[in-house]
Amino acid sequence: MTSSIEVKNVSKSYGGVVANDSVSLSVEPGSITGLIGPNGSGKTTLFNSIVGYHPIDSGSIEFEGKDISRLRVQQIARRGLLRTFQQTRIYSKMNCIENMLISIPHRNAAWTDMFRKYPAAMTGRAENLLEFVGLYSKRRLLAGSLSFGQQKLLEFAMALMNEPTVLLLDEPTAGINPTLINGLIDRLKRANTELGITLFVIEHNMRVIMNLAEHIYCLAHGRMLASGTPDQIQGDQRVIDAYLGAH
Amino acid sequence: MTIRGGNPVITYGIVLVLGILGPYLFPNYTFQLAVLWIMILFAQTWDVMGGQMGYNSLGNIFFFGAGMYICVIVQIGLYYDVAEYTAHFGAVKIDYTSSQYFNGLILGIIAAALGSVVFAVLFGLIVFGLRGPYFAIGTLGLALAAGELMGTWDYIGGGGGITVPTYPGPPDQRSLVFYFLAFGAAVSTFAFLKWLYSTRFQLAINAIRDDEDKAEGMGIHTLRYKVTAWSVSAFFLGISGAIFGNMVGFIEPLEVAFPTITFGIFMVVMALLGGKGTLWGPVLGAIVFHIIKETTWTYMLGWQWVALGALIIINIVFFQQGILGWAQEKWPEKFGILVEEKDRVIDANEDAATQTSEAAR
Repeated sequence: MTSSIEVKNVSKSYGGVVANDSVSLSVEPGSITGLIGPNGSGKTTLFNSIVGYHPIDSGSIEFEGKDISRLRVQQIARRGLLRTFQQTRIYSKMNCIENMLISIPHRNAAWTDMFRKYPAAMTGRAENLLEFVGLYSKRRLLAGSLSFGQQKLLEFAMALMNEPTVLLLDEPTAGINPTLINGLIDRLKRANTELGITLFVIEHNMRVIMNLAEHIYCLAHGRMLASGTPDQIQGDQRVIDAYLGAH
Repeated sequence: MTIRGGNPVITYGIVLVLGILGPYLFPNYTFQLAVLWIMILFAQTWDVMGGQMGYNSLGNIFFFGAGMYICVIVQIGLYYDVAEYTAHFGAVKIDYTSSQYFNGLILGIIAAALGSVVFAVLFGLIVFGLRGPYFAIGTLGLALAAGELMGTWDYIGGGGGITVPTYPGPPDQRSLVFYFLAFGAAVSTFAFLKWLYSTRFQLAINAIRDDEDKAEGMGIHTLRYKVTAWSVSAFFLGISGAIFGNMVGFIEPLEVAFPTITFGIFMVVMALLGGKGTLWGPVLGAIVFHIIKETTWTYMLGWQWVALGALIIINIVFFQQGILGWAQEKWPEKFGILVEEKDRVIDANEDAATQTSEAAR
């Protein structure tokens, strides 16, 4: 079976700093895969490389069996590979419904679609997804007036509105009220099982990622340090050393 | 952006009636009123980019000048050799019959609109690689360069300018014709933008304004939207240039066709003054600005530029949101914007409540 994402020997450096050094990994369709590593280990750089935010120095990235290393951000997004940001990004001067409506898939958008209106069914879908993340009562508020945690939930809902096949989440629980994290884990799992979206998640909260992911990769100093099931990762001495600063 | 509580039909009715009666009520000010409609068109077309899309173009005046020249070339070229005409520096008077004149004018306006769109697409593909202040300076350079280049092109009269064909009728009739052309152009612009902002287009260009990287990341065809937005501006600016050139009667590159530091800056100031990113803001801003400008030009001659500079500074430093923007902040509900009484963070109870309701379904 073809992997959803296949990263092969990808390297990326900024000037003299090697952010990713020959990293390889694969994300299986329908799975929830985790990516962990200490601060500065190159997780976000790898995400940026996958979704096309910057060109990679060497290696290759395949999405559903097709090479996407040279495609641009929009082209990759239209193929159904989407990411959310660590520093949440929403359209702050538009209300939540508008944020959702503009996030519909642009895969087959024709030139004339620019001048079409939104059918009622689409607004309905937007409202359902806002309800799914618990923001229905705020749907008419400007997105910029929401709290950071709420904006994070909105960004997640916008990503679902885009109907991706694979969603890359950069620290989905960072900055979220701890009492809400369980609800969020539940929603991520439901997005995976009910909507069939493959998830690839960067996460610092170990309790969350061990609970969520079926397979975990651990980066350290830009290199792939270890990979395995949550149990294997938790018991791996190299991972523990990396987090405690033994390197 | 609609104002709730007001009856739009009455508002539109008043504006249209005033617009139609204007030149009959104030026959001595027909030219000024026509310029006012062109100013309203300027502010509206600037706002498509600067207000709704967050791309502050300082070079939109380019399309005004381009439209002006395209129109006059068509008007003359239809029945005459343009190079020969300009070689005589307007000494040759062409006496067009009414039908020749109006055929030329109508074709010229159409060509001006379409030609400006072609320029918008060509230049858009280049300058939309720039963002923020770089885009502003890049477009400014475009307008300045165009003025200088036109000044060296002898075919269209160079720096000496070009005289537009004479209107075949009495002067009063002439000013009325051009007044109604300017009025029609401004009203059409408003109507078109009102429709355009009811489609997906507005959400997309608003998204580009709020966070273009995010918009790209979500797969929006950002370049397509940006080029289209600029083309919309260019289309109506081209028409306004064609009308204005004929109103004035004489086209010269730096002062009339590409007046970057007057009209080019005015369109920005008017949109900011009225409230950028709103449908009515630029209209309001243009009217207020035009009144202030004409008053200072009449009563503060010699200090008019100082007064105008002060207005711009006050606007930018203390009153960035503009008249309508300020009104929106003060009475958000009137504009259909909801605000929470107090900023609540979703707490565990509320979350639990949504979960129970989800489970219940």
